[in-house]
Amino acid sequence: MLNEDLKFKFTEILPAVLFEEGGEWLNVLVPPEELTPFVKQLRSAEGLGFDYLFCLTCIDWKTHFTMVYHFSSTQYRHNIVVKAKIDRNNPEIETVSDIWRTAEMLEREVYDLFGVIFLHHPDLRRLIMPDDWEGWPLRKDFEDPVNMIKL
Amino acid sequence: MIEEIGRTTEGDLIINIGPQHPATHGVLHLVITLNGETIKKVEPHLGYIHRSIEKMCESLSYRQFIYVTSRMDYLSSHINNHGCALCVEKGLQIEVPLRAQFIRVLMDELTRIASHELWWGAMAMDLGAFTPFFHAFRERETITDIMEKTCGARLTMNYIVPGGVMAELHPDFQKDVKRFIQLYKSKFEEYNELVTGNVIFQNRMKSVGVLSKKDAISYGCTGPVGRASGVFCDIRKLYPYDIYNKIEFEEITETEGDSFARYLVRLKEMQQSIRIIEQLLDNIPEGDFQAKTKAVLKLPKGEFYQRVETARGELGVYIVSEGGTTPYRIKFRSPGFSNLSALEHMVKGLKIGDLVAAMGSLDLVIPDIDR
Repeated sequence: MLNEDLKFKFTEILPAVLFEEGGEWLNVLVPPEELTPFVKQLRSAEGLGFDYLFCLTCIDWKTHFTMVYHFSSTQYRHNIVVKAKIDRNNPEIETVSDIWRTAEMLEREVYDLFGVIFLHHPDLRRLIMPDDWEGWPLRKDFEDPVNMIKL
Repeated sequence: MIEEIGRTTEGDLIINIGPQHPATHGVLHLVITLNGETIKKVEPHLGYIHRSIEKMCESLSYRQFIYVTSRMDYLSSHINNHGCALCVEKGLQIEVPLRAQFIRVLMDELTRIASHELWWGAMAMDLGAFTPFFHAFRERETITDIMEKTCGARLTMNYIVPGGVMAELHPDFQKDVKRFIQLYKSKFEEYNELVTGNVIFQNRMKSVGVLSKKDAISYGCTGPVGRASGVFCDIRKLYPYDIYNKIEFEEITETEGDSFARYLVRLKEMQQSIRIIEQLLDNIPEGDFQAKTKAVLKLPKGEFYQRVETARGELGVYIVSEGGTTPYRIKFRSPGFSNLSALEHMVKGLKIGDLVAAMGSLDLVIPDIDR
């Protein structure tokens, strides 16, 4: 499906979406509280079929976090990027692990490195860092005088 | 945190495999809950070789960070470098000379064969056959020698740079690769005679660790793992980069989705790689091996994503740039991470002996998962 058709379809599902163009794929900005109902539609709606979540990550913009989800459809071969801005002091967002199974581990990784709380996640624990680790290493203001070497 | 050893309240046994265990091929730590011999739960504990490559890359320039990525999936380091170089080139809109593209693809495919060779030997060794390991290393050694001559290193080659490749090919390259292809073709039947046709091997692999097509997509499984379940996910075909769209090769898929299907996919993929190398080897065009680029690379503000097909599946390089000389944020979508997440689903309800067969067929490289 072409970007114009996708845009039309997304606005139909959720009128509050914003679009960013210029990148390789269509960027869809979604309000964080609307994320779960929106992405559920992405997977199930006719003609969309985004069944493959190939990248899930977070970016620390110092003023806020942006959750980034890359979706692809194995049937129609179109790709999109869904983004949601969340509060940096109280980073919370609904999990998508019940829709895409791969998200369970990816969300644990984001929780581990950024401290984003995924609500209703089945098993939200540290994945890579030790269980007694303090702090969120991939945040821009993370300081660790022992383990971090600055160039 | 669960108790690391002992029994649960229901009387199930908890055992640890790894981080120091030959069957985990590295420092993977699995905590397994067993009811008798039946697996109830598998929980991977990661981080034993976490070097925080993503954080490191934030303070390295666009020329420097590529060298770190060789240490992620060290068995397909060329392809990691290739993905990063392509992503930087996409941002700077650099046109790569045709000769460099040929060299890159040749190196990628040689790496893929070397990686699958090592996996083939290790897979057989996991199931108790020691000899195939030496057979596999005999051929793999020839490839590492070729790499050493051209790139100066045998494992972490760091040969592909933004704009092309770092140096000219060694004068013996074509001769050596031809000798390797000849050797490989004469030995390939041995692989089938030794392992593929073996009844014990087949019985231990068939209908073990079955992954359906739907689950493979949901778990984000790519590479031979996805293709063995019938998912068409070869990035070289779907989103061709460099000269892959001009090369003839088949995308190997199977439908069974069990460990044996994954085994067959990798075995046939090696032959497709040979086919690609044969098409390119005598046709490398003359010209520059590197495009002219500025000494200091500055990516424009924006986001860039590049996918490449490594020996294990889809590697994604996601660069967020603020216009400076270093990336603002970089994320590597590693294939092994997603493939590992499907492990528990695959082995639940099987006997503990089958865990090793299923895990071996996933071809996990732990530094790629931990990053």
